[in-house]
Amino acid sequence: MPEKFDVVVVGAGPAGTACALTCARNGLNVLLIERGEYPGAKNVMGGVLYRQQMEDLIPEFWMEAPLERPVIEQRFWMMDKESVISFGYKGLEWAAPPYNNFTVLRAQFDQWFAKKAVEAGALLINETVVTECIVENGKVVGVRTDRPDGEIYADVVVLADGVNSLLSKQLGFHKEFRPDEVALTVMEVINLPKEKINDRFNLEDNQGCTIEIFGDSTKGNLGTAFLYTNKESLNIGVGTTLSSMIKAKLKPYELLDYLKNHPMVKPLIAGGESAEYLAHLIPEGGFRSVPKVAGNGVVVIGDAAQLVNAIHREGSNMAMHSGLLAAEAVIEAKNRGDFSESSLNSYREALYNSFIIKDLEKYKDAAHTFEKYPQYFKEYVPMMNQAASKFFTVDGTPKRDKQKQIIKNMTSEKGTLRVLQDLYRAWKAVK
Amino acid sequence: MHIVVCVKQVPDTKIIKINPKTNTLDRRSAPAILNPYDAHAVQEAVKIKKKNGGTISVLSMGPPQATEVIKKSIEIGADRGYLISDRAFAGADTLATSYALSKALERIGKDLPVDMIICGKHAIDGDTGQVGPGIARRMDIPPITSVIEVTEVNQQEKTVLIKRKLTRGYELIQSEMPCLLTVEKEINEIEYSPMPNMIKAAKYEPIIWTVNDLENVERTQLGLKGSPTIVGKMFTPPRPEGGKKLEGSASEQISQLMEILMEKKDLLTIPSSK
Repeated sequence: MPEKFDVVVVGAGPAGTACALTCARNGLNVLLIERGEYPGAKNVMGGVLYRQQMEDLIPEFWMEAPLERPVIEQRFWMMDKESVISFGYKGLEWAAPPYNNFTVLRAQFDQWFAKKAVEAGALLINETVVTECIVENGKVVGVRTDRPDGEIYADVVVLADGVNSLLSKQLGFHKEFRPDEVALTVMEVINLPKEKINDRFNLEDNQGCTIEIFGDSTKGNLGTAFLYTNKESLNIGVGTTLSSMIKAKLKPYELLDYLKNHPMVKPLIAGGESAEYLAHLIPEGGFRSVPKVAGNGVVVIGDAAQLVNAIHREGSNMAMHSGLLAAEAVIEAKNRGDFSESSLNSYREALYNSFIIKDLEKYKDAAHTFEKYPQYFKEYVPMMNQAASKFFTVDGTPKRDKQKQIIKNMTSEKGTLRVLQDLYRAWKAVK
Repeated sequence: MHIVVCVKQVPDTKIIKINPKTNTLDRRSAPAILNPYDAHAVQEAVKIKKKNGGTISVLSMGPPQATEVIKKSIEIGADRGYLISDRAFAGADTLATSYALSKALERIGKDLPVDMIICGKHAIDGDTGQVGPGIARRMDIPPITSVIEVTEVNQQEKTVLIKRKLTRGYELIQSEMPCLLTVEKEINEIEYSPMPNMIKAAKYEPIIWTVNDLENVERTQLGLKGSPTIVGKMFTPPRPEGGKKLEGSASEQISQLMEILMEKKDLLTIPSSK
C-alpha cells in the first residue's frame, strides 16, 4: 500500500522548500521531492537573495545561512559600445542587520534551506523525477515518480517544479509558454581573489555590489546583463527573451562572450577563472502569463506559476512568499478537511492580494512594450550615451548651446512627436 | 542470514581539488559521498537477501554527518545502520579503523549473529584496501578479496560459493560462514531504488554508538594513538608531458620514427644485468 502524506511538494527550490518548511512546522506530514542530486543542483539565478521574504520564514537567517556578501551598492549601467552611463545607490545601512539583500550561490544556499525544512520534520527525497500527477475523479490525489513502486498519495500536491512546469501543463493549467514569455539566461561563476574584488568594486570584505546592465550588453535586445560580487567569485550573466534571441539569431554563449569582452566589463573580471557555467529559462511573461494556481487537491507556486518580476529582478523572494501563502492555505484546508478547488482558492486570493501579483500587474505591459518597440534599448541607450559624452566634454562650447544641440540631435533624428510618443509609452508601461 | 556491510563516507575524488601549498585534499571542494565500491557491497547484500532472506545491517565509522551514507545504504535496501562516532576514533589509520570496526561488529553480533561481512574493494580516498582483511583477521574469519560473484549461499551447511577475480581468469572457491568479502565494481549494477526505500531512508535515524557503547576496547589501539602509520610526504604527481606526434604519409612517418629510434639507441638495447 503506497504511503499517504498530507502534502507532497514537487521541487526543492525556494518556493517548494518554503512551502514544505511552513507545512512541516504546522505539524503536517510533508514529502519534498527533488529531481537533482541535492537541492540547488539544478537551480539557476543571478544570485540576489532578498531579505524580507526569507526572514518571514527564518528570522535572522543571516546568522547561519551560507550567504556570500550583503549588497550595499546597486549600480545600473546603460551601455553603449565603448561607454556607459552609470547610476546607482550605495548605503552603509545595508551593510548591517537587518540588511536589504545578499548575493548567494544557489547550490549551497538551497541545500541549507532544504535542511531547515527537514529539521522542521519534512521528508526530503533527492534524485527523483515526478512524471505526472495522479488524477482520480477530477481531483489530484498524488504523484507518480520514475522510481519502482513510485506512486505517492497526498491530500494536496504542491507544484513547485519550476519554469515550464510540465505537471501543471499536464493538468491543463497553462499551455506551452510562448518564446516571448520566457527569457534564456546564461551565466558564469568566475573565481577571483577577495582582495581583487574589493579593490575593483570599491568594497570591504563583507560588502557586495550588484550591477545591472542594459543596452549593448544584450546587443540592444530585450533583456539585461548582470555582474554580482560573491566572497571570492563573480556571477556574470546575460539573458534576453527567447523570442528576441530567435529573431536576432543570437546564440546565448556568444552573447555572454561578447559581454565578457566588452571594454567596460573586461577589466573587472580580468584574471578570473571560470568555475561554473549555467543556463536556464526564466519565466518572464508577467501578470498575463500567470496560470491557474489552484485546483482540486493541487496548488502551483514559484516559477511554475510564472511569479517573476523581471524589471526588478525579483523571483526567489516571490517564490518563497508564494510557498508561504500556499502553505497557509493548505493548513486552513486541512483544518476544514476540504481540499477542493474552492477551498484551496484561498491561496489564489492571498496571492492576488500580496505584493507579488500587485507588482506583476503594475508592469503587465512593460515586457510587451519593450519587445514591440525595440528602439528603447537599440536607439535611446546609444543616443543618451552620445548626449552624455557631448555634455561632459569640455570644448569651449557654452553649456546652453550644448543642451540645445543635444535635444536637436535627438528630435531631428526621430522627430519631436515620436520622441514624445516613445517617452509617454515607456512611462505608461511602468507607471 | 545476517549480513553486515561496512561503508565509508568519502570526498568525491572525481571533483576534489588539491591544495597546492599543503598537498592535502581540500575537502570543502567536493561533496561527501558513499564510497562507490561500498555501494556495490550494499547492493550485493540486497541481492543475497532477495534470494535467501535475512537482515542487512550497515556499519560506518566517522563524524556525525557520516549518517548520510547510512541513509544512502538504506535507500539501496539495507534494513538498519550503525555509526560509531567518537573523538576517540579520530585520526585512525587502517589498523586502528579495523580494530574499532571489529569491536562494533562484535557488539552487533551479540544482538543478531553475523553470517557474512561485505566491504568494498577499497575506499577511493585512501585506496589501501586494508580495512576489510584487517577486520577478518581480528575476528578470525576467512577474508575473501576481489569478489566478482556470490554464486551460492548454503544456509544449512553454512557455506558460500564465491567467484574471485584473478589477474588471468577467475577462481571459484567455497568458504565457511561467517566470512568477509571485499567486492569489485563489476559484481553488480546499482539498481534505481524503489520509492518505499527512499521514504524509509528519509525517515531513518541511524543508531549512533560512542566508544563507551563498545565492549572490551583497548583504548590505546584506537584513533591516532593506535595508528602506527606515518605519512612521510604527500605530493601531486606532475602531469606527463605530451609525446611527439608524427605527421605525413605512412612511409614518411616510419622513416621519421626510425630516425628517432636510431638517435636513442639506448632504448633499443636490453640493459645487461650486472
